[in-house]
Amino acid sequence: MAQYSAEGKEPEILFWVGCAGSFDSRAQKVTVAFCKIMNEVGIDFAILGNEETCTGDPARRAGNEFVFQMSALQNIETLKMYNVKKIVTACPHCFNTLKNDYPALGGNYDVIHHTQLLQQLINDGRIKMKEGGAFKGKKITYHDSCYIGRVNGVYEAPRAVLEALDGDLVEMKRCKTTGLCCGAGGAQMWKEDEPGDKRINIERTEEALETGAEIIAANCPFCITMMSDGVKAAEKQDSVMVYDLAELIVNNNGL
Amino acid sequence: MIQQILFVIIAAVAFGYAGKQFMKIRRNILLGKDVDYELDRGQSIKNTLLIAFGQKKMFKRWIPAIFHLFIYVAFLFTQIELIEILVDGIFGTHRFFADFLGGLYTLIINSIEILSLLAFVATLVFLARRNLLKVPRFHKDEMTGWPKLDGNLILYLELLLLVGICCMNGADAVLQNRGLSHDIGTMAVSDTLGPALFGGMSEGSLHLVERFGWWLHILVVFGFLNYLPKSKHLHIMLAFPNTYFAPQNSRGEMENMPAIMNEVKGMMGLIEGAEEMPMEEELPEFGTKDVMGLTWKNILDAYTCTECGRCTSVCPANLTGKKLSPRKILMDIRDRATEIGDKLDSGDLQYVKEELKAEAKTLTKDNFDDGKSLFDYISREELHACTTCNACVEACPVMINPLEPILKMRRYEILTESAGPSEWVPMFTSIENTGAVWQIPDEREQWAKDAMAENSGE
Repeated sequence: MAQYSAEGKEPEILFWVGCAGSFDSRAQKVTVAFCKIMNEVGIDFAILGNEETCTGDPARRAGNEFVFQMSALQNIETLKMYNVKKIVTACPHCFNTLKNDYPALGGNYDVIHHTQLLQQLINDGRIKMKEGGAFKGKKITYHDSCYIGRVNGVYEAPRAVLEALDGDLVEMKRCKTTGLCCGAGGAQMWKEDEPGDKRINIERTEEALETGAEIIAANCPFCITMMSDGVKAAEKQDSVMVYDLAELIVNNNGL
Repeated sequence: MIQQILFVIIAAVAFGYAGKQFMKIRRNILLGKDVDYELDRGQSIKNTLLIAFGQKKMFKRWIPAIFHLFIYVAFLFTQIELIEILVDGIFGTHRFFADFLGGLYTLIINSIEILSLLAFVATLVFLARRNLLKVPRFHKDEMTGWPKLDGNLILYLELLLLVGICCMNGADAVLQNRGLSHDIGTMAVSDTLGPALFGGMSEGSLHLVERFGWWLHILVVFGFLNYLPKSKHLHIMLAFPNTYFAPQNSRGEMENMPAIMNEVKGMMGLIEGAEEMPMEEELPEFGTKDVMGLTWKNILDAYTCTECGRCTSVCPANLTGKKLSPRKILMDIRDRATEIGDKLDSGDLQYVKEELKAEAKTLTKDNFDDGKSLFDYISREELHACTTCNACVEACPVMINPLEPILKMRRYEILTESAGPSEWVPMFTSIENTGAVWQIPDEREQWAKDAMAENSGE
């Protein structure tokens, strides 16, 4: 973003990478996959790089408003400096916070989730799926993340992407509005589960495995971690893969 | 005449006492903070019509929805008969509306008859679901003792109400057949059921049965009216305002805390003249410790809850054996609000805050402190188990939000008490110091450099 600014230009869209997308080795692959797609179709995008900080979502939902406000207000200042109007992110938690929490603090942006952008690109014919790709006829189940699904009501965009892959979409019993959480939200990612009979990600992964799907598609870096751990716990990591939608497109088209 | 006098006295006592209790609930709800939710009236009306009157969200689970619909519609229709019973009771008339409404009256009575039969079946089904089928959501930890009895009592009372209508209409049908009561035309159920049950009775006995049914019905209604304020069944009234007043902003938005925002803005130099702002001597209280720190809508939510447990049955924490149950959060808020209300009614000055005891003359919600709080009802373990997934919010058929109070109590724990799960502390410090949720030495854009190095050919 600093480069664009130095050249006096403004990119089409800002890609908000997020902490997971920047630092988590698994999520970095999703980040790179999504960048490849944007480069392929020629979207003029920028990242904030080291000027980006956590949106503050986990702090706010844990109850730490101070830390949230510090992070959020700093980001809003940065975004103001670069005159950012449109943001895309591959993280539902960043998406929700930027879209729904920032306006009350004075940050108003047009925020979309990468699955929505991917659907648009497919609809506009800018992404052309290779015929008879790697996923043709393969059983794929889709795990709704809470913050894209139930909280922001986006159920169809990710499914449209999967349809374009020509895979065999099998729904879990609990899907869309009744989709079960992976267990990471509300800052649970940063603590052990409270005492109980089972971990939430195990419960959810079992449900995904029951569909007989070879691929569990997700749209959130934290869901991917949770579901991957669940698959490993079931010792199915050789036969069942957990992918982000962007990765599926990259694999299909050999980008 | 004696019947009329007796009726008026009983009715006056029943309405008077119930009214007093409803006013107490209103007062308890207003213990909460006064917040204007800036509702769009059109949207509120639409929600009320679709979700409350139309039962839209109930139909996500269609088996209980259909049986619930029978009872609900029967309840709505029976209100017409109830008005007639009140008129008849006061003026000593018999089926006062019959002559007025003519054919329409026959239609109404027949609708009530059929709906009553359906409601009877539905009530039996609900009793079976609660006690024989053991539907899991009715058998959680919080559903023992009074809540369990409450759930069943209502159903037994409903059966009694219907027995009353059956005796009244059944005996009247036989009397009408014999030309001894004024004819209101056919009655869908009682024309068959009446003769079958009471066909062999003398005129005197029939009048007795008819009166018994009439009195039984109205006495149960009066009893019910006074039982409601103490029961989960209050939803038959509060579901409507609760749906109307449901906030319309995005579920994803957490209530902002302007006090903290402004302080942070001051620290960051975003507000001019911030340095001159006087620091408050006493640290303010952030988040929610007790019902007075909730909003009136949070407490209305609690009194509206009918403990159906749809929220709990979809809660990922509860499903995996954790202590958190969204329904229990609501029940706890209601119980605590009621406890505070009762203590305020006692006027006992021992409940005045220690530092204000010397000058206090009356006990008010502003100087109240009984040494207890919501944290005596809701454990930290419950609060910490929430994933904020919003499944409970989505599940509630009457627009209750169990998540909001959980997050407000988390705020109290973290901001005011500086407590909370110790595992969160590194995350907080990391965001504060490095701007990332993990303490990672890498630069934030390292991934991009790595990727470019890998694809340097491109």
